[in-house]
Amino acid sequence: MTGPRLPTARGEVSAGLLSALRDGELRRPPPGALDPYGDDLQLALYLLYELHYQGFEGVAEDLEWDPGLLALRRTLERRFLAALRADVPPHADAGQALAALLVEPVGPDDTSVSHYLRREGELWQLREYAVLRSLYHLKEADPHAWVIPRLRGRAKAAMVAVEFDEFGAGRADEIHARMFADLMGDLDLEPAYGHYLEQAPAEALATVNLMSLFGLHRALRGALVGHFATVEVTSPPDSRRLAAALRRTGAGAAAQRFYDEHVAADAVHEQVVRRDVVGGLLASEPHLEADVAFGVHATGFLEDRLGDRLLRTWRRRRSALRVPLPDGEGRRTS
Amino acid sequence: MANSPERPRRVTIDPDGPMLVEGPVEVVCADGTVATSRRFTAAICTCRRSRIYPWCDTSHRRRTDRDQGAT
Ligand SMILES: [Fe+2]
Ligand SMILES: [Fe+2]
Repeated sequence: MTGPRLPTARGEVSAGLLSALRDGELRRPPPGALDPYGDDLQLALYLLYELHYQGFEGVAEDLEWDPGLLALRRTLERRFLAALRADVPPHADAGQALAALLVEPVGPDDTSVSHYLRREGELWQLREYAVLRSLYHLKEADPHAWVIPRLRGRAKAAMVAVEFDEFGAGRADEIHARMFADLMGDLDLEPAYGHYLEQAPAEALATVNLMSLFGLHRALRGALVGHFATVEVTSPPDSRRLAAALRRTGAGAAAQRFYDEHVAADAVHEQVVRRDVVGGLLASEPHLEADVAFGVHATGFLEDRLGDRLLRTWRRRRSALRVPLPDGEGRRTS
Repeated sequence: MANSPERPRRVTIDPDGPMLVEGPVEVVCADGTVATSRRFTAAICTCRRSRIYPWCDTSHRRRTDRDQGAT
């Protein structure tokens, strides 16, 4: 089994990092006016985080703890986090942040990707959606596992129970990441881990980098929990609409199964996460409440940016991908 | 053990949401059909609006016009 291949650079910083990953010599670029949400920073951060997950083909495994790379990661993380703290208004109330997500619109929501896909999504758009989401779903729940040693008591017991479910409750073929790979097979996409990194624009990378950032830093455990709660709370209605879109376009049984399972599973997960993970954490560490709220709002902020890009391009019947899919992939003629 | 007299199965009641029951659990529906969940906890619909009854699908959630704006 070979690891994912390194992608092409998207600017000075990612170019310098890529050459360091190949031959170990880090040329430190001046990350002066680097856009915190831009392709160069987000790709570089993504590559650095990926060393903690599955790594890359031809990249030495022990670079994960290379002090030079960690220093670069810290610089990029600080820039990303500072931008998020500036763009996400401060909220003190975690319960209120989550309560706002528990309300469903009466009619169609023009700003929601899942509403769009349910009503008018075509197979090529569902494929692009799967391509972009594959960066997370093929490592689904992995970034959240890092928070486990940072939790105690009720929050820990509940977090582990939900993660156990995400990881297939003891059965490899029910690991959610595996179920997503099966969905990709139904859509004639390549289900190999990290295969579509090249296609993912900065908006998509940022949503995954956020989880890795929160997961890898104990100091951000409150934000990680807020992020996880947001994912679980918003998932059931979104998943129902995505399952309907896949059913309508005849995508296939495995494609529907991933989202059908997430309607039922996340209706349970959201209860357990709100009650016991968030509730348990804040009972033992009440000072983390603003961080939990920050995690909720930062997740919504980056999801909205990705949603804007998808809807803006799709409504003009353009691809939302950064570069087209390789020939023969995802181009089943209909 | 998951369901012994020393460790009885826990059922959690929430007036605004589903009933949470430690799994695995079988639900015998009014028409005699049996639904089974192996999940560590099952959320059983109490609002009767679920499309995957007897399991919760979050259909109990409050609905608002976007302009009324839930904040
Ligand atoms: Fe999942
Ligand atoms: Fe979940």
